[in-house]
Parts: sequence; structure tokens; C-alpha cells
Amino acid sequence: MKNDKPLGQLLKEQGVSRRGFLKYCATLASLMALPPSMVPAIAEALENARRPSVIWLSFQECTGCTESLTRSHAPTLEGLLFDHISLDYHHTLQAASGQAAEAAREAAMAENKDKYLLVVDGSIPLDNPGYSTIAGISNLDMLEEVAEHAAAIIAVGTCAAYGGLPHASPNPTGAVSVTDIIKDKPIVNVPGCPPIPVVISGVLAHFLTFGRLPDLDHLGRPLAFYGNNIHDRCYRRPFYDRGLFAHSFDDEGAKKGWCLYNLGCKGPVTYNACATIKWNEGTSFPIEAGHGCLGCSEPDFWDLGGFYNALPESPVDISRLAAYGIVGGAAAGVASGLLNRQKKAQATATHETVNLSDLKREEKS
Amino acid sequence: MAVPVKPDSDRQCLQYHSKTVMGGCDSGNVEPLLHQIRHALQHLLSSGETTTIDLRGLPMAAGERERLLSFLGRGEVSVRLEALGRSDIVETGFSGVWLITHYDGDGEIMGRFIEITRIPGILETGTADLEDALASLQNKLEQH
Repeated sequence: MKNDKPLGQLLKEQGVSRRGFLKYCATLASLMALPPSMVPAIAEALENARRPSVIWLSFQECTGCTESLTRSHAPTLEGLLFDHISLDYHHTLQAASGQAAEAAREAAMAENKDKYLLVVDGSIPLDNPGYSTIAGISNLDMLEEVAEHAAAIIAVGTCAAYGGLPHASPNPTGAVSVTDIIKDKPIVNVPGCPPIPVVISGVLAHFLTFGRLPDLDHLGRPLAFYGNNIHDRCYRRPFYDRGLFAHSFDDEGAKKGWCLYNLGCKGPVTYNACATIKWNEGTSFPIEAGHGCLGCSEPDFWDLGGFYNALPESPVDISRLAAYGIVGGAAAGVASGLLNRQKKAQATATHETVNLSDLKREEKS
Repeated sequence: MAVPVKPDSDRQCLQYHSKTVMGGCDSGNVEPLLHQIRHALQHLLSSGETTTIDLRGLPMAAGERERLLSFLGRGEVSVRLEALGRSDIVETGFSGVWLITHYDGDGEIMGRFIEITRIPGILETGTADLEDALASLQNKLEQH
């Protein structure tokens, strides 16, 4: 499939006006945390960019990442960009199936050798190739074959980035991430369960504009979207700082929108854009809906000690708290975390089950 | 909560509003932002250069954004742009200070900017559009 027309011309043919295109570039720059002064340069680069061929491989996944990207009800950034890349293979979305689908993939790889983008969602099972196959080809073999002549790889979702749910203890399929297998290609991880849609499209747009992947953190995540942790950008942070916590999902603290640390919020150890970009086109995010952050963009978040147990280590310096005599909610949060760790150790030793109610009874006694 | 007293000055206005915010948890970003706008206006006058401020990147506590927009007010010019959803381009009560809000097709805000300029760039008609318009008009006149 030839992609000779520049993106600007294709958009114009689709009825996108110059002003619409500028609006698109301005909001894209904002989402990518680029200064507004770069908008003219972004517009020029995107206008002249050729549509990249994209091959999307889905392995051990739930299709949530594809759902996240495609569930747009109005022209959005991700919808616009998705419509104007050349998605040459996606076995969930494409009309073709069976041999015709695989032939399309092979043709796209040959025509765009060393230039196509490879997008992967889902983890790769290593214990037995039969756990997950496409057209009789194991996930491992397909990944290695397609990655060989890809320009770059985008690992979408926590499963592809870090192994995700299949990787959770005891990892019955031997699930691993893309970076565990591919060592010689530029790879960007876009974790989340699922990732925020515009983060996916932001990475694609960055590649189109600058011809390279964005700056990454130590876990291979774009700094523009994963450079801050949820805790530092959370609108409930003032309550954490003042020691005001909800202790159950229906108490006065919960109704007043206080910090959810005691209810297991993993915000302090989670890096993502949920607190700023939010979900459903900026509507809300889990904490705003009254539920603690699950930490879904971090490696091994399924094994982080339970969604409703407070973090075992407080980010606040305990000695400093004592010195200033702050015996309020922040210290109570620390105490809750320490108690959880103690109870978990005891439960493991005696094979007892412990739930949130047990912990609450312990705190009161 | 104390009964609010009408402020005597703009500074008092900002301070008064901060007392009414729940718990007094302000980010403190509003006043520095207003001074940034002031510097940008001065820069525009002296050099002719436009400054754009992305409001999405600035953390603001509940009510602060409303205080900022209330302070800036509305001027004489209000433009509605229909392209990939609605966009509102409004000159504030301070000439040269424009508030640009981009919405998607569902009416959700995609971006919000303050542009300090004589006329926002998105309102100017581009050369390619002018050329297309000329060709289209000539064609229609010939068929008329």
C-alpha cells in the first residue's frame, strides 16, 4: 500500500480545514507538554509527513488497549490520527481474516521495509508457544519476524510493556514483555491498563513530527506523559498534606473527597497522566470517582500487596513527622501501612486470610 | 465561613476569592500568571511578538480558573470557530489578551490558551486558502 501523499493533503481531502488542522496541532502540543511556540513547527512537520505504515500485533491481551483507542464518539485527536495512519494489520479491527490477513501483513512489511511502526499489545508467553498463536504462528516467532525490519516499536498497555496480568504471580504462561525479547530496536513503553488513548496517539504524532520516539524515563515511558506521579498532581493532595483521609468508601471523609491513601491508593508510586489528562476525553479519573489509583502503569502492579491495602512504606519521612508533632492523619496513614505489613507477614506465617474489615478492627483496638 | 465583603481592589479581589475556596487549598498560580500576561503585553508592544500560554499545563485548585477568567473579563470581540468541533476565541477585557478554548465534537474542552497578540493566528486566513477561494470563485462566476 503506497502512502505517497503527505498527511496535510490527506487531511484536506478528508475535509479538515487549515484552521481545524492548527487547532489539532495546538491541542496535540499541549498534550505532549511541548511549548505553544512549537505549534507552527509541529504543523509544518505534520503537514509534510507521509502516512506511516503501522502493523499492530495483539498477543496475550484482553483487547482493552484497542478498545481504549477506538472508543471515541466524536472527532478527537486519537481518532483523527488513527484514521490517517495506514493501519495495515490489526487482526481485531481488519476486515480480512485467515490467509488474506497474513498476506496483507507480509505485503506491508515488504513494501515498507525498515520504515513501518510496530505496535504491540499483550504479553508474550515463553513457557509453551501454544498458549497464544496467530494463524498457527507463536507470538514469539511473529514478534521476532515483524520486529526485524520495523523502524520502531510501541509497546501499548502494561502487558506488552511489563507483562501485565498474565505476568502476575504465578505467571502460568511464562509471560514476558516486548523489551524482554527485542533488544536491538528503539522501543517505547506506553503502559496502563489500558493506557489513556491520547497518550498512544501522542507518541505516534511525536514520531510523525520529529521522526523519532519521544524522550523516555528509566522504564522506557514517554516523559511527557509519565514524568509526574499521580500523587504529585492529584487534586486531593492538599488533604493528604493536612492528614485528612477517608477510612472507608462511605464514611464522612469519602463523602468530603479526602485522600484515599488508607483505602489502598497507589498514587504515590504510580507515574501516569491520569490526574491531568484524565479519562473519557477529560471527564474524570479513578480518584475523582472515589476509588484509589491501582498503579496500573507500573511493573507488577497486580502483585503490589492488594488494591485495598495501604502502601507498606509511606513517602513521608516518619522521623520528620514525629519531630513536628504531626499526629494527625498522615501519621495514621503511615501507621496503617506499617500495620498492614505486620498483618500480612503474620497472615502468611499462619495461613490466615486478612481483609480490610480486620485491619479496621485492629486500628480501633 | 465568613460573609464575603466586596473587595476594594483587584489584589483584594484575589485574596477575597481565595478565602472562599474550600479549605483554602490554592495553587497560588493565578497572580503569577497575571503578571506573566502583563510582561507579555509589554513584550508585544515593544517587539510585536506574540506570546501563548497553555492553561492546561498549569495546576489550578478548584475555583482558581474561574477567578482568573473573571478577572480577565470579556471585551468587544467574540469569535466562534467551527472546525473539528467548536472553538471560542474571545478578546478579554484587556485588549490584546485573547482567551482561546478548543472543544471536541462532544463539547468537551480539548485545550485552553491565553494568547497575547494583535490578532490570534488561527483567525488569519492562510495563503493556500486564499488561492483555493480565488479559484473557486472564478469557477463559480464562469458558470453563473
